[in-house]
Parts: sequence; C-alpha cells; structure tokens
Amino acid sequence: MEFTTFLWTTFAAFLTLAVFSFLYKDNPMYKFAEHLFVGVSAGYFVIILWHGALVPNLFKKLADGDWYLLWLNASEWWYFVPFILGVMMFARFFKKSSWISRWPLAMYIGISTGLAIPLEMANRVNRQLWAMMEPINWSSFWGERYLDIGSGYSELLIFVGTIAALVYFFFSKAHTGAFGAVAKFGIWTLMLGFGASFGFTVMARISLFINRIQFLDINWGQAAFDASGTANENYHAGFQALFWAVWLIFLVYAVFEFKKYLNSKDKPSQPESTQA
Amino acid sequence: MKRQLPLILVFVFGTLMVIQYFVPHENSETVKGFLLDWIVIIGIFALALGLWSLVQVSVAKINSRKENWEYPLVTLASLVMMMFFGFTAITEGASLWSYFLAITVFLIALWMFLQGFMGQAANRNMKLLSGLGLLIVFSLLAIFDSSWEFKFYTAEGLTNQMFVHFFDYIMIPLQATMFALLAFFITSASYRAFRARNLLATLLLIAALIVMLRFTPGPWGEYLAKTSAWVMNVPNLAAQRAIVIGIGLGIVATALKVILGIERGYMGKG
Repeated sequence: MEFTTFLWTTFAAFLTLAVFSFLYKDNPMYKFAEHLFVGVSAGYFVIILWHGALVPNLFKKLADGDWYLLWLNASEWWYFVPFILGVMMFARFFKKSSWISRWPLAMYIGISTGLAIPLEMANRVNRQLWAMMEPINWSSFWGERYLDIGSGYSELLIFVGTIAALVYFFFSKAHTGAFGAVAKFGIWTLMLGFGASFGFTVMARISLFINRIQFLDINWGQAAFDASGTANENYHAGFQALFWAVWLIFLVYAVFEFKKYLNSKDKPSQPESTQA
Repeated sequence: MKRQLPLILVFVFGTLMVIQYFVPHENSETVKGFLLDWIVIIGIFALALGLWSLVQVSVAKINSRKENWEYPLVTLASLVMMMFFGFTAITEGASLWSYFLAITVFLIALWMFLQGFMGQAANRNMKLLSGLGLLIVFSLLAIFDSSWEFKFYTAEGLTNQMFVHFFDYIMIPLQATMFALLAFFITSASYRAFRARNLLATLLLIAALIVMLRFTPGPWGEYLAKTSAWVMNVPNLAAQRAIVIGIGLGIVATALKVILGIERGYMGKG
C-alpha cells in the first residue's frame, strides 16, 4: 500500500471511530465527522447534479451551436423556458417578490403529481393486484417439501393475508363481527410482516457494522503492520506511527473525560436551598 | 395572480400529464419527455435554494459565536472543497502543491466575502475588499498555473483524484458508519418492540427471531433457512403487498387533492 493511500485510509479509520464514539456520548470528534459528512455530501450532490443533469439536460441543449451565440444558435432553444423558470425560484430570496417562485413550483408539482397518478396506479396498485390474482396451485396444495413457497396453501395465505390486511386498514366500518375477525387476521399478518422486515433491517445494520469492523481490522490495522509492497521500507514505521496516533487521540479524550468525571465526583453536592 | 395562477398551472399541467399517459402517440411522448426535462431543471434550481440555506445557517451560527460555532466551518470548507474538486481537472503527473495553495486562497477569499456580505462586524467593507483582493490572487493562480484547470462543461472533475478520494475515504466510510451505528440503536429498540406482552407482540418476536437467526452461524440447519424464506415470502409478502397497495392509493388520492386545488400547502403563506 502506498503511504498516501494509507494516509487516506487512516483518515477514514479516524472518521469511523469518531462516529462510533457517539455510543459513549456526543463529543468533538463525532461533531467534526458529522459536519464534515454534511459538507462533503452536499458538495458531492451538487457536482453529480451539475455534471449528470444540468449540463446534459440544459446547458448542452442551449449551447450545442457556436458557444458564443449560446441559446440563440441552439437547436433546442426552447429549453430556455425551464431555465427562466428555474431562475424564478430565486425570487424566494426577496420578500416582496417571493410569490413569483410559486409559478415554477406549481409547474413542478402539477407535472409530478399528474405523472404520479397513472404511474402509481400502474406500477404499485395494479401490479400488486395482478400478482395477487394468479391462480392458486390446487394440484399441489401441500407442496412437495417443507414450507414450500410455491404450494397452494402458501399462495392462498398470501391472497387471504393481503385481503385481510387491507380490511384492517379500512376504518370506515367498525371492526366487529365477521369484518372484525377478518381485520384481526389482517393484523396478525401485518405483525408477522413487520417482525420479518424489522428482523431483516436489524441484520442489515449488523452486517454494516461487521463491515466497518472488518475495515478497521483488515484495511487499516493489518495494513499498518504489513508494509510489504511499498517502495520505501521506512514507510513501515510511518504506517504504525499513524495507526497509534489515531488511537492516542481517542485515548487522550477518554482520559480527559475520566478526569472530568472524577472532578465532578469530588465536588461537594449542592446544598439544599433554604427558604427565608 | 399570486394565488390563482399557481392553482391553474397545477391543474392544467397535472391534467395534461394524466391524459398524455393514455395517448400512445409520438407527440404525446415528446411532450412527456420535454416536461420531464423541465422538472429536472426546475428541481435542480430548487436544490440550489437548499444549498444557499445551508450556507446561510452555517454562517449565522459562526457569526453568533455560540457554543460549537467552529463546526459549521468544517461544513462550509468541505462543501466548497468538494465543489472545487468536482469542477477542476488536474494535469497528469502535475504537483499538487500549487493546486492546494489555490484552494486555500479561494477558501479564505470566499470566507472574507461571506463575512462581508452576511457578517455584522463593523469592518465589513474591509473584509469585502480583502476578499476581492484574494479572489484576484486566486484568479491569477488559476490563469498561470498549468497543472490544473476549471472544467464546468465536461465531467473531468468526477475523475479528479481529490474528488474520488473525498468520496472513497470520507463520504463512503461516514455514510456506512452512520448506518452501522444504527445497529446499536435498532437493537435496543428491538428489545422494547419484541417483548412478548401479548399475541401480536409475540407474532412480531417470532417472525423477527426466525429471520435474524437465519443470518447467524449456529446449528440451525436447513429447516430454519426454509422457515425464514417462507416467512419472508408468504406472510411478509402479504403484509407488504397490502401496504404497497395502500401507499399507492394514498399517493393517488393526495395527487388528486393537489391537482384539484384542495391541498395547497406547497404555496406557503402570503
């Protein structure tokens, strides 16, 4: 590993430890990492949107002719309209004319909501309904093996479970009698679903945690003590010095906190206020 | 004009987009493509407002000199640096020292300017002039230094090694660790959620335990793997399907309310 690469890896390791230090309490290292994350992420998305959306969707369309004529010579000059609308958004900066920014906003909302209605119906509602209306596999109702997903009873359970869960969400009628019984089955299905999803999410987070520990151990720790492949052997000591320097920062902070704790313990407790 | 026109625009464009979905004509597709480009462009300009808001909040916090006022400096510096890297290309084999010098001058110039515009200090003009002077120095550095150059129109900045390093060694580790940190909080939340107090909580506990144990090493064998797959693909699928249908219908209902002018929250006050 090159020394500069290790330097960057050490910084990444410091940030990783800084974020994990929040488990103790909010502290300067965590605050630094948090603010750095906000700035870097915002900058990253500005660049991605500029190069990935604004340049191809607007600038290249307005300046595909001779650049000094810009939109006057562009083949798709009408893209100047959304540009003007976009600029109108900045009217928000001025209190008196801030209402102008409602026009582009209204167009944005009109187009996106109008687009959402048929797309949501087609891609969410209808597709799920179609999938639910697949014929049930009656010929192999109990399936061929233990808890067979393709068996008839599994398909029937999916169908009945979905209907029951939808019934549970129908609040215009009191959940009593037969309707209440179906709704009760619906909430059971929902609870099994929530439990499964929650368990899955917990495991996903834990695998991310394992990944970070592997990064600290393999990518950083082991690299610090194995400088093979570097051009200069002296880098070996530099690697380890950096490794221990990061731990030293956290150690110094821990000692500082411990001292603060001891000082607070030594202080006499506040006497009870006496009323005159 | 102030409130009526936006309502009309929402209704006209909303209805147009609904109708065009059912018109399988070339022109209809062209209009759709054009309007989709529109909302991307308007959306990006709206994001610029958000960015400005971030800068304003950070500068205000710094100027207030209240507790932890130093941290927004990190936010602002990293934001400007990331943008700088994304808009510049470094000549191959060039030394990075002059590049870093230029960034430093640029950061200080920008800070002086921001202080001049937004600060409440008595020496505002002085700061504005200093910022201007430093910007001239920066411009000279940018013009005469051949080791790097600005690239606004082409995406060379995305392969700038500093941009890539900031992404690989700052953004990705921080993002992954922030989510990894949730492992601890979600575990304590699951302790509270999974307590078997009644039948419903017990169902939640059983389903979660089956799914979680599936991913752990242990003598669970093939049966647990199959049970977990069944829980994920049968009861979980039924629940998720009902939720997705509910969400879809909810979005359609809300969209209709917006198009018909019943929901007007997007217009704000005034």
